[in-house]
Amino acid sequence: MRLKQAFTALALAGALFGTSSLAADITGAGASFPYPIYAKWADAYKKVTGVGLNYQSIGSGGGIKQITGKTVNFGASDAPMKGEDLDKNGLLQFPVIMGGVVPVYNLKTVKSGEIKLSGALLGDIYLGKVQTWNDPAIAKMNPGVNLPSQAISVVHRSDGSGTTFLFTNYLSKVSPDWKSTIGEGTAVKWPTGVGGKGNEGVANYVARIDGAIGYVEYAYAKQNKLSHAQMTNKDGKLVAPSDDSFKAAAAGADWGSVPGMGVILTDQPGAQSWPITGASFILIHKVQDKPEIAREVLKFFDWSFQNGAKMADELDYVPMPDKVVQQIRAIWKSQIKDSAGNPVY
Amino acid sequence: MRAATLNRSEEATVLSAPQGSRPLRTAPWKDTAFEWLTWLFAFLVFSILAAILVSLVIGSQLTLDKYGFSFIWRADWNPVTEEFGALVPIFGTLVTSAIAMLIGVPVSFGIALFLTELSPVWLKRPLGTAIELLAAIPSIIYGMWGLFVFAPLFQTYVQPALINSLGGIPGVGVLFAGPPLGIGMLTAGLILSIMVIPFITAVMRDVFEIVPPMLKESAYGLGATTWEVVWRVVLPYTKVGVIGGIMLGLGRALGETMAVTFVIGNAHRLAASLNAPGNSIASALANEFTEAVGDIYFSALIELGLILFLITSIVLALSKILLMRLAKGEGTQT
Repeated sequence: MRLKQAFTALALAGALFGTSSLAADITGAGASFPYPIYAKWADAYKKVTGVGLNYQSIGSGGGIKQITGKTVNFGASDAPMKGEDLDKNGLLQFPVIMGGVVPVYNLKTVKSGEIKLSGALLGDIYLGKVQTWNDPAIAKMNPGVNLPSQAISVVHRSDGSGTTFLFTNYLSKVSPDWKSTIGEGTAVKWPTGVGGKGNEGVANYVARIDGAIGYVEYAYAKQNKLSHAQMTNKDGKLVAPSDDSFKAAAAGADWGSVPGMGVILTDQPGAQSWPITGASFILIHKVQDKPEIAREVLKFFDWSFQNGAKMADELDYVPMPDKVVQQIRAIWKSQIKDSAGNPVY
Repeated sequence: MRAATLNRSEEATVLSAPQGSRPLRTAPWKDTAFEWLTWLFAFLVFSILAAILVSLVIGSQLTLDKYGFSFIWRADWNPVTEEFGALVPIFGTLVTSAIAMLIGVPVSFGIALFLTELSPVWLKRPLGTAIELLAAIPSIIYGMWGLFVFAPLFQTYVQPALINSLGGIPGVGVLFAGPPLGIGMLTAGLILSIMVIPFITAVMRDVFEIVPPMLKESAYGLGATTWEVVWRVVLPYTKVGVIGGIMLGLGRALGETMAVTFVIGNAHRLAASLNAPGNSIASALANEFTEAVGDIYFSALIELGLILFLITSIVLALSKILLMRLAKGEGTQT
C-alpha cells in the first residue's frame, strides 16, 4: 500500500509540473480503447475554446488508480466500476462512447463475413474444445462454406484490456462452460492460444497466422481489412458488425438499472443487436475541491456530446443517444458538488 | 592572515616535494569536499539499490504473505480467481536467455576473434562500427523487425524444417513439437541472441585488443597456431573481461522487455516445446501492469519484478564465484 502512495506521489509531482505551464488544461487518464476519439474531440475542442485536454491512455486499471489518487481530473475505464466501489471512493461514473468487438479470422478459402458463429461456439473455440475449422460444430452453422481442415490458432490479448473484458463478459453470458472455468475480466487465464499486445498486436497475429481467429475493436478490423465473422445474437438472429448493429444493441439498454450507469451492453436483446458491444466510462469525483476544473471537464464532455457525434462515426465509434445524454446531464447536476455542497454543473 | 600563512606553508611543503610532482594549487578543503562528493555518489548507488529492493518487497507484501516461497513454483496465473504463481514467467525468462547465450556467445567470440586476430586491416573499422551500431538500435525496433520480418520467414521456412527433422527424434523431439506459429520461445531466444551479440562482441574485442603483443608473438614464435594462441594466451589473459561481457549480455537478455513481448506469444502456459508461446517476467510486467486491477494482482506483478531482480543478482554472484575459482586455479595448470 505504501508503494502505491509513493507511486501516487510521483504521479502527483508529474501532474503538477505537467500542468503548471498549461494552467487551463484538464487532465485525464485511463482506457486506451476510447483514446483516439478523446484525442480527436480534444483537438477540436481546443480550437474552439482554447482549453486543452491532456489524456494519457495508460489503461483502465491505471485510470482508476489515478482518479482515486486524485492525480488527474477524470479517469476513464472500459469496464464499469461496481456501485459499491464507486461509493467507497466517492466517484461518479457515466458512459460517453460505445463500440463493438468483432471476431476476426484468417482463412484463405473463406471471404469476410462468410463465417457465422454463435456465442457458445466461439466460447468452445476459445476453450480449445473446437480445434479445427472443419469441426462439425462449425460446419453445422456454415453450410456451403468451404471450410479447410486446418487447425484453429486462437489469438487473444496479452495485456489487460477493456476489449478482453467485453469479450469474456459476453462468453460468460452465453457459455456456461466458459463462465465456470474461465470467467470474465480485463485479463483472464486463457486455456489456449497466443497473446498479442494491444488491438494492433492481435490484428497483426491474425493477419499473419494462417487459420487464426482473434477479437479486436471494430475499427481495427476495418483498418487492417481483416475478415470478420457474423454472430447470432440473443434473439437468435444473424448480425454483421456495423455502426447500426452496435447502436441497436445500445438502444434497448436501461441505463438507470445499474448503479453508476454501469450497463454492460453484451448479449442485448433486439433482432439487430450486435452481441459484443460495450460503452467506455468516465470517472469523476462527486465532491470537488476545485469546482472550476471539474466544470471545465464537464464542459468538455458536454461539448463532445453536442458536437462529437460525427467525429465518433468517422472513427467507427458509436455516440451516446440523446436520451442517455439527458440522463447524464441530470446526474451531473444532482450529484457533482463543490466542497460547500453547491452544484458544479 | 592565518589562512594566508597556512597557504604559504602548504605551498612550501609542496615545493619541497620530490621533483616531478606538480605543485598543488587548490586549497585542501576542496580535496576533502571532492572526496566526500565521490563518497556521496558511491553511496547513492547503494541507497538506490536498497530503495528499489525495499519498495519491491513492500509492494509484493500481499503475495509474499499469501504464497510465501510457493509463489516461485506455482504455475497458475489467473487474474479472475486472483491465483498467481511465477513459474511460467521464470521458466520463459531463463529458457529464452539460455537460447540467446547458447547462440550469442559463440558467435560473438567468433566475431571478436576475427576482428582482432584475422581480419584484414581495411575491414576492421567498418565491421567494428557496424557492431557498435547494432548495439545502439532500440529494442522496440528489434521487436518489430522480429514480428514483421523474422517471424514470418521463420514460420514458413525454418520452423517446418525443424519440426520435420528434429521433431521426430525421441527426447529432443519434444522441444520442437507443435504447429509452426512463427512466434514463441525459440523466436524470442533467437531475437535476443541477435540483440546480445553486439554487446558481448564489443566487450570481447576490446579486451582481446589489450593483450600485450609480446605475449602473443612469443607464442607464435614458439610455433603456436592462431587457435592455440587464442585458446592458451588470449583467453586466459582476458577471461575476466570475457566473462564480464557475457554477463552484460546475459543481463540484457534477462531483462529485455519490448522485443520479447512482441515475439514470445505471451501465454501463461508451461510448454516443453520451444515452438510454443510462453511468457517472460519482463514481458508479463509490460503487458499486465497497466491494467492490473486489484491489490493481489498488483502485488503479484511487483513480486515478479522482485524475482527478476534476484535472478539478476544470483547470476552476477555466480559469475563472481566463477572468476574467483578461476583465479584460484591459476598457475596450477601446465
